[in-house]
Amino acid sequence: MSYILIFISAVFVNNIVLSQFLGICPFLGVSKKIETALGMSGAVAFVMAIATVVTYLIQKTILEPLNVGFLQTITYILIIAALVQMVEIILKKVSPALYQALGVFLPLITTNCAILGVAILVVQKDMNLLESVVYALSTSVGFGLALVLFAGIREQLGMTRLPKVFEGTPISLITAGLLAMAFMGFAGIVK
Amino acid sequence: MSKTSNLKVLLNGFIKENPIFVLVLGMCPTLATTSSAINGLSMGLATTFVLFGSNTVVSAIKNLIPDNVRIPAYVVVIATFVTVVEMSMQAYLPALYESLGLFIPLIVVNCIVLGRAEAFAAKNTVLKSSLDGIGMGLGFTMSLTMLGSIREILGTGKVFGFTLYSDEYGMLLFVLAPGAFIALGYLIAVMSKLKKA
Repeated sequence: MSYILIFISAVFVNNIVLSQFLGICPFLGVSKKIETALGMSGAVAFVMAIATVVTYLIQKTILEPLNVGFLQTITYILIIAALVQMVEIILKKVSPALYQALGVFLPLITTNCAILGVAILVVQKDMNLLESVVYALSTSVGFGLALVLFAGIREQLGMTRLPKVFEGTPISLITAGLLAMAFMGFAGIVK
Repeated sequence: MSKTSNLKVLLNGFIKENPIFVLVLGMCPTLATTSSAINGLSMGLATTFVLFGSNTVVSAIKNLIPDNVRIPAYVVVIATFVTVVEMSMQAYLPALYESLGLFIPLIVVNCIVLGRAEAFAAKNTVLKSSLDGIGMGLGFTMSLTMLGSIREILGTGKVFGFTLYSDEYGMLLFVLAPGAFIALGYLIAVMSKLKKA
């Protein structure tokens, strides 16, 4: 039961992008087309799930027993950077088309704060390993949902006439604000 | 680059290459920590310290790092400074540490910090790089404080704790998540209008 609650909470109520402000860079960067948005969410889901498990195990087996918790940030970011590199190499071999489409944003997953954020959050919230995995997966579903919805809106937005100064980032941010407002409707489902 | 004066390097981050309004980097902390002016200001200053430190060190050791591993090396330097900020803040400003929470360790993945290390510090002298770090950091701080003030005034009628009008007229929306996006969207639009004029 509690796993369903974690899922609903991470996807809708506390959506990682729209209410926790993590992963805004890829949210604004790769959301111009629905296909790239889907590819990006897939890559993020993959990296996030693995990164959360690996960092969790390192936290519990190395950092905490040795009492070197202050190394958390440094260790985590290095693990994530290595993982991203690995995903990049695999993707280049397995699916060159997707690799082309994700282009510059793949290395940028390293600096996607959602990945590091989730890895730190599961430790802060004292979740166990299974809960952490469920949380990481649901969060990436939430990220994907926000990204794809936003990409859909932006495809329409491209055909709209706008005042010059609002073109590009400003209108995207305002649209994201309206989307976030819609997601506020879910507040209160899960406490 | 070498001919530009030090002052120009310092001022670059304020207007011409303001990290938020022009480069649109580092959006996550910008949106998340600006629910009040004071939070925005402190987050900005914490980031400034990290930028200054990492730019200085990266530029000092740029010739020692092999090219292939430069990104991980930069990240370790940055993470070290972030840990310094995190631990000092936890020790001396626990209340602030609580309210900024997760976003202090997340300075590591702030695109501005790595971006400046790669784009500026890796190519310039130590002095210029530290000035660039300070300039960029203060530009970032300025933007965060502006956004924080706007959201606090619209949302609660206060700024830095001073009451401007009764909070029953405040629009709570601006303190919550959607207000952050909307306020920043309008702010960037206004800034680009002013820049063109």
